Amino acid sequence: MTEAALRRTSLYERHVAAGARMVPFTGFEMPVQYTGIVDEHQAVRTAAGLFDVSHMGELEMRGEYAAQVVDYLITNDASKLVDGQALYTACCNEQGTILDDLIVYRAAQDRWLIVCNASNHAKMKAVFEKAAKDHCEFADRTDATALIALQGPKAFEILALAGGDAAKLATLKSFHFRDAVVANVKCTVARTGYTGEDGVEIFCAWNDAPALWDQLLELGKPLGLKPAGLGARDTLRLESRLSLYGNDIDETTNPIEAGLGWVVKMDKPMFVGKAALEKVKAAPLPRKLVGFEVNGRGIARHGYPLRDLDGNEVGICTSGSPGPTVGKNIGLGYLPAALTAIGTKFFVDCRGKNIEAVVVKTPFYKRA
Amino acid sequence: MNIPAGLKYTKDHEWTKTSGNRVTVGITAFAVEQLGDITLVNLDVKVGDDIAAGKAFGTIESVKTLSDLFAPVSGKIVEINKDLDAKPELVNEDCYDKGWMVVIEATEARATDQLLDEAAYAEVVKNAAH
Repeated sequence: MTEAALRRTSLYERHVAAGARMVPFTGFEMPVQYTGIVDEHQAVRTAAGLFDVSHMGELEMRGEYAAQVVDYLITNDASKLVDGQALYTACCNEQGTILDDLIVYRAAQDRWLIVCNASNHAKMKAVFEKAAKDHCEFADRTDATALIALQGPKAFEILALAGGDAAKLATLKSFHFRDAVVANVKCTVARTGYTGEDGVEIFCAWNDAPALWDQLLELGKPLGLKPAGLGARDTLRLESRLSLYGNDIDETTNPIEAGLGWVVKMDKPMFVGKAALEKVKAAPLPRKLVGFEVNGRGIARHGYPLRDLDGNEVGICTSGSPGPTVGKNIGLGYLPAALTAIGTKFFVDCRGKNIEAVVVKTPFYKRA
Repeated sequence: MNIPAGLKYTKDHEWTKTSGNRVTVGITAFAVEQLGDITLVNLDVKVGDDIAAGKAFGTIESVKTLSDLFAPVSGKIVEINKDLDAKPELVNEDCYDKGWMVVIEATEARATDQLLDEAAYAEVVKNAAH
């Protein structure tokens, strides 16, 4: 992608003014870090961090049959949701491999919001638009919608300072959302996130985001709130073993081997990919996505080969980095089923050097 | 950006300090800023190894990325900074002193003469920043 084609979120000037290093990311110029990845990571674990995730896609489905169409497209069970509740899910193709991972929000029986990865925005727009045809109304709200994530143990304390409907938000349950006024800005606040910490993701109008961002930062600063970039977002999600599309999951992986079987509800009467996933579940899994720690001196990176102790290439690392909170070099990768038991040793081929690693329980980090 | 005078630099954002034919090598403040939090320095050479200019003598890794370290001059490795094994953050804290990486005994006299002076390197940084 050429630089000219990159888009900017409405918070771009804020990031630059804060000294962020901006990088191209899924067609947007996004902040990878402000003060430093480790510093921002620790802020989110111990206080709070503020993330601009306005690049994410927001798709809306409306109408009498919207619920059925949405439910048909996803592996998780949307029929169990009540108004104001959301769920995490995979969205598969007929082959049972993953088109995207999503959060699906039920605003009302006839009004649904789907948040998709920025990298898959065009693809998911096509999937939902096509499925909606003749059955319900589809709208792409991405360009009009900003998304700010406030994450960390102090997130709700900071939200409480923002006035408006803050008191009502304190009782919001995990994976629930509601409309609210935060710092005089009309928002939808969801108790969701991608860091392994408590916190919220706040949707607002594209042009309202700077005012909301400024006020949250100002209110939160005394409590340790810092702006946090994509770098910290990645280390935080990895420690919490949250999948990253394009790394750990993609159209060559199915949700069962990726450890996302918990979002595949085979008791649903039908959904795209069900037949293929029934076959996957009926046979032993050839490979699985596992978490590992690197014992030797090395950092596993996306794409590094994984080898058995005889040196044969048997798998691939899909994510890896130092884990600032766990204090170890950690990673995720696909290994043959025989090598996936906790404690199994293998090698990560770090650019020609075989560095020992061991399969461990995930998540690597779980908040107290 | 801190680019000390009196050192010689490479396009790969390394600095050299010459004393006789001993050339101390490290990475510049610009390289450190680009890398971010440094978590691993792997020096894949031992004292006594011969190394040719332009060949990798190790890697440096931050949370996000990995970079090769290249020998700026040809010669023999005569010292290795062992402190970086346990404390890679020394490179973040003090890249021009405590964060040095290796000392190469250069084969040729005045081996660093053709490297960049601070003004020429400042131009490289200016262009790299855009």
